[in-house]
Amino acid sequence: MGLLNRLNDPIGLDGIIFGTVEDLLNWGRSKSDWYLQFGLACCAIEFMAVNASHFDMMRYGCIPRSSPRQADFVIISGTVTLKMADRLKRVYEQMAEPKYVIAMGSCANSGGPYWEHGYHVLKGVDRILPVDVYVPGCPPRPEALQEGLILLQKKIRMEEIFRKRKRLAEEDLANQMNYK
Amino acid sequence: MSEKKYIDIEFSQLDSERMRLFMGPQHPSTHGVLQLEVELDGEIVTDLIPHIGYLHRCFEKHAENMTYPQIIPYIDRLDYISSMNNELPYVMGLEKMLDIQVSEKVEYIRVIFSELNRIANHQIAIATFGLDSGAFTPFLYYFRDREMILTIFEKASGGRLLYNYFWVGGLAADVHPTFKEDITEAIRIIRDTNAEILNLLLKNKIFIDRTANVGILPADIAISYGVTGPILRASGIPLDLRKAEPYSIYERFDFDIPVGNGEVGTVGDCWDRNIVRFREMEESCKIIEQALKTFPSQGDVRENVPKRIRLPKGEIYCKAENPKGELGFYIISDGKDKPERVKVRAPSFVNLSALPEMSRGYMFADLVMILGSVDIVLGEVDR
Repeated sequence: MGLLNRLNDPIGLDGIIFGTVEDLLNWGRSKSDWYLQFGLACCAIEFMAVNASHFDMMRYGCIPRSSPRQADFVIISGTVTLKMADRLKRVYEQMAEPKYVIAMGSCANSGGPYWEHGYHVLKGVDRILPVDVYVPGCPPRPEALQEGLILLQKKIRMEEIFRKRKRLAEEDLANQMNYK
Repeated sequence: MSEKKYIDIEFSQLDSERMRLFMGPQHPSTHGVLQLEVELDGEIVTDLIPHIGYLHRCFEKHAENMTYPQIIPYIDRLDYISSMNNELPYVMGLEKMLDIQVSEKVEYIRVIFSELNRIANHQIAIATFGLDSGAFTPFLYYFRDREMILTIFEKASGGRLLYNYFWVGGLAADVHPTFKEDITEAIRIIRDTNAEILNLLLKNKIFIDRTANVGILPADIAISYGVTGPILRASGIPLDLRKAEPYSIYERFDFDIPVGNGEVGTVGDCWDRNIVRFREMEESCKIIEQALKTFPSQGDVRENVPKRIRLPKGEIYCKAENPKGELGFYIISDGKDKPERVKVRAPSFVNLSALPEMSRGYMFADLVMILGSVDIVLGEVDR
């Protein structure tokens, strides 16, 4: 309700709000993050349950997309095998920036029950993708995935766009100076 | 003046250039990570090769390195939609080899939970098939009801999806006090929703147009491929292991085997496969009701659980009727506390092998429907 409170400003600025463009962009991004509809293993069933009527993921502004080009984040729901890891990386590379990854379940986090003898299982999806939120459990309860989703939205809201660009430029400059 | 020449062309014999299209593994309607290599003539499927192995999780390697009770959680993860049904043949096989007699109460709980899980599985099967055909509402209705079944499982075993509940010689824990009332209430609501879904989805004109006469699997081809479960029964063959070779206490209950009879199309089409699953849910409700009437509430469910399991030398094949077909475990023991080999006869894998036969000659858009009606779980196909 922060926005409405500011509109009822006693100073009488007639609907003029003070804020940064970054805040506005982050607010918009965090409230309509579309995800890639991509089930891998057992966790995908719990993921479907989160989508369905009882837990209703759409109330967070998350809409399933079938194409990686329309998605903001991907939920790695299940075991990633070595054969699948190659495809998964390619799907991730097709997504447009800014993009985020939620690793759902023990298998995606670390290999889970297949850690010891799973000769064909990737021991943690963070070996190929940068993971933003880890959701533990085998499989995680739907409430746990919702918690992970809220954490991701918090992370998106703290995103720095212009400041980061500025900082990166300085760092790049420093690097270039060092090389010379 | 030139004469007009009429040339007879048989368009069906004109051969056009074939196109090879890859569908999956990232595709919303492949039900997991399956890749289909489809050969197309225009829009007609001429050949199809399923490429599997995207979810190969090394089950047999794990089984060689684990003790017998430690394998049960991995069996849960084979067909992760119907975990209770998966555990049943494994523990029955071990009990037969160890010569353990389980108590009446354990048998009753096993049958009740297996049938409840069969309902949950068929709910997902019909719900996702509805999604494939463009109907979103049955998905929401069925998942709402499925939560009730999962709550009952959670109260008994502690897990929502993967249970580790059936142990060798008994169960992990006793059922909760409100077990009977919960299930009675669940069955009442399941029946209500099913009555609604029948009119909403299965008798819907659009749905019938989409699924009738599509993906026909004749009975002889089904038998030659070794297809089991609802797909075989939809082709008109009433083979159900619960009746044909009764295990546990299934011979005490009175239930029918629904078969496909081509009500709206041909025997063995996509619609028949779904109506067989739909009617099986009602039969499962009947079994559960009969079991609840004679349910013995006294007794300890863990009195026969052995402290340490060491099998005698030998081998056994034990099978049971999974929601997807005949699930069998072939266990070879060399007298140690770990098995030498555990081979799984997975129904999804065998049923998937008949997919090229089902889909040849149909439109590419129908392929999604045919694949959905087979109801595969990739965890069981690849193992």
